[in-house]
Amino acid sequence: MADPTKEESTAAQETAAALDPAAQRNAQVLALLHRLFGEATFTDVQEPYGLLTVTTKREHIHNIVAGLQRDEELKLHFLTTMCGINYPENLNQELGMIYHLHSLVHNVRLRIKIFFPVADPVVPTLTDLYATANWMERETYDFFGIIFTGHPNLRRILNVEDMGYHPMRRQYPLEDGTREDKTDLFFGR
Amino acid sequence: MAVNDTLGGTHKIIQEAREQQGGQLVPTLNDFSQELTTLNLGPTHPATHGIFQNILQMDGERIISGVPTIGYIHRAFEKIAERRPFYQITPLTDRMNYCSSPINNMGWHMTVEKLLGVTVPKRAQYMRVIMMELARIADHLICNSILGVDTGAFTGFLYVFQEREKIYEIYEEVCGSRLTTNMGRVGGMERDFSPVALQKLRDWLKTFPAVMKEFESMFNRNRIFMDRVVNVGPITAEKALNYGFTGPNLRAAGVDYDVRVMNPYSSYEDFEFDIPVGTNGDTYDRFIVRNEEIWQSLRIIKQALENLPEGPFHADAPHYYLPPKQAVYKNMEALIYHFKIIMGEIEAPVGEVYHSVEGGNGELGFYLISDGGRTPYRLHFRRPCFIYYQAYSEMVVGTSLSDAIVILSSMNVIAGELDA
Repeated sequence: MADPTKEESTAAQETAAALDPAAQRNAQVLALLHRLFGEATFTDVQEPYGLLTVTTKREHIHNIVAGLQRDEELKLHFLTTMCGINYPENLNQELGMIYHLHSLVHNVRLRIKIFFPVADPVVPTLTDLYATANWMERETYDFFGIIFTGHPNLRRILNVEDMGYHPMRRQYPLEDGTREDKTDLFFGR
Repeated sequence: MAVNDTLGGTHKIIQEAREQQGGQLVPTLNDFSQELTTLNLGPTHPATHGIFQNILQMDGERIISGVPTIGYIHRAFEKIAERRPFYQITPLTDRMNYCSSPINNMGWHMTVEKLLGVTVPKRAQYMRVIMMELARIADHLICNSILGVDTGAFTGFLYVFQEREKIYEIYEEVCGSRLTTNMGRVGGMERDFSPVALQKLRDWLKTFPAVMKEFESMFNRNRIFMDRVVNVGPITAEKALNYGFTGPNLRAAGVDYDVRVMNPYSSYEDFEFDIPVGTNGDTYDRFIVRNEEIWQSLRIIKQALENLPEGPFHADAPHYYLPPKQAVYKNMEALIYHFKIIMGEIEAPVGEVYHSVEGGNGELGFYLISDGGRTPYRLHFRRPCFIYYQAYSEMVVGTSLSDAIVILSSMNVIAGELDA
């Protein structure tokens, strides 16, 4: 507590928050998150382009979304969207889920991320909280092969049933990798 | 529940049978008097406005359950976008909600501008607003007039389609194409409004209100039409929010959420307009809300046109905005920038950005994750249709087949956006 740099940074944050209403709201959301679920639950708090982004563990995600749905202070009651993501180079955190919540009353948005190993792509479903999560999770399952435990109807939605792989994973390049007539050394990834 | 009352004992029997089978659908019951019919609505049915299928279980004329199948025109836009430079993604957005392509285009441009940290000049913002509101009118006109067709009133459709054609002529004058517009660029518009475009727009603003009034007088208090749509497919506000409804469908349920007002983009805060809301979220409310939004869009266009600021129509940032072609031949820097932009070598910061616009049928969101490369690392589209169409199978339970058709067209489900 006596660390002067920490105090300074908090003071700087406070002034910044007082100046910028968006930052102020984000600070409010973060305080609420910390109060409801504990500070240790969230790692890597960022505000890219003014949107509060927190990372948490998958064990907490259902609890957090449910808690925010019950919460009457900020009313983060609207699940805007969710999507999967794949970072093959992050060992044991290859796959991820990104949730966007929105409070239509206070107009604050919150982005929650979770990461987990590709060998164990299991995430609790949110369909019991939001009806809209149903197809979003099916789409994510279809694209990334993330299994949502408790989902009532986890089938592919956009691709054919017998596709056999999950096409949005990075291991499947958009073009045929064996093609030799068209190398993309300079401009491809 | 009203549904149970209507169906009486039949519903109960089916419910029980379904529970016995672990929630699966029962094709038919052996008892002849309670036999169910399986009806394939779609994939290519003229009344489904696109390619999607619903397998309906019918008890006579009543729908017991509907199972939607989507994905018939899935084109893997999110995957394709991972290999395309930013400016090449604009044509992909055209093909989502193709009834209001300019909104999708502008929404995408604004997302990239947000990532790059670019401010677009006021004139370009106003020009964008004009085009986006024209697109909204075109979108709502299609939806509402087709709703009329589905209830048996073909005339209104033909009246307003003529006006939609004029909107498309304005598009053509502004960007060169009509349906898949690919309009504007990252940083502004690709060219200024030509005098012809402005003239066409002014003429249209004079003639359109009379047609719209006529359209409204044909439908709004029409007894036959009202009998077909009032209290058909209602949805409560809570349920609509839980289902992730946005746009006119949510506003018809009584929630005044409009991205243009809540998170203004492209100078929407400069304009005065109202957000129409409905009360019980039925088909009639959706219809009326869309009609009223057309008037509000007209208000916005008039304000934007009157106060259209002078100045450049694009941001002064040569490293991502394509130089004029003449300059490319004469000017070394222009040639370099032209090459770099076309090859996708613009400097993009590492970061993630979510930007949403009020699309023709709801909050159209773009979630872009950039790792600094020439293409997005991940691009996710929040497609309003995809999200709210899930509610359809619940909304049709207990209604008749003809109501199901009307509900579908009043929800403004666009197959291109649904399937991405």
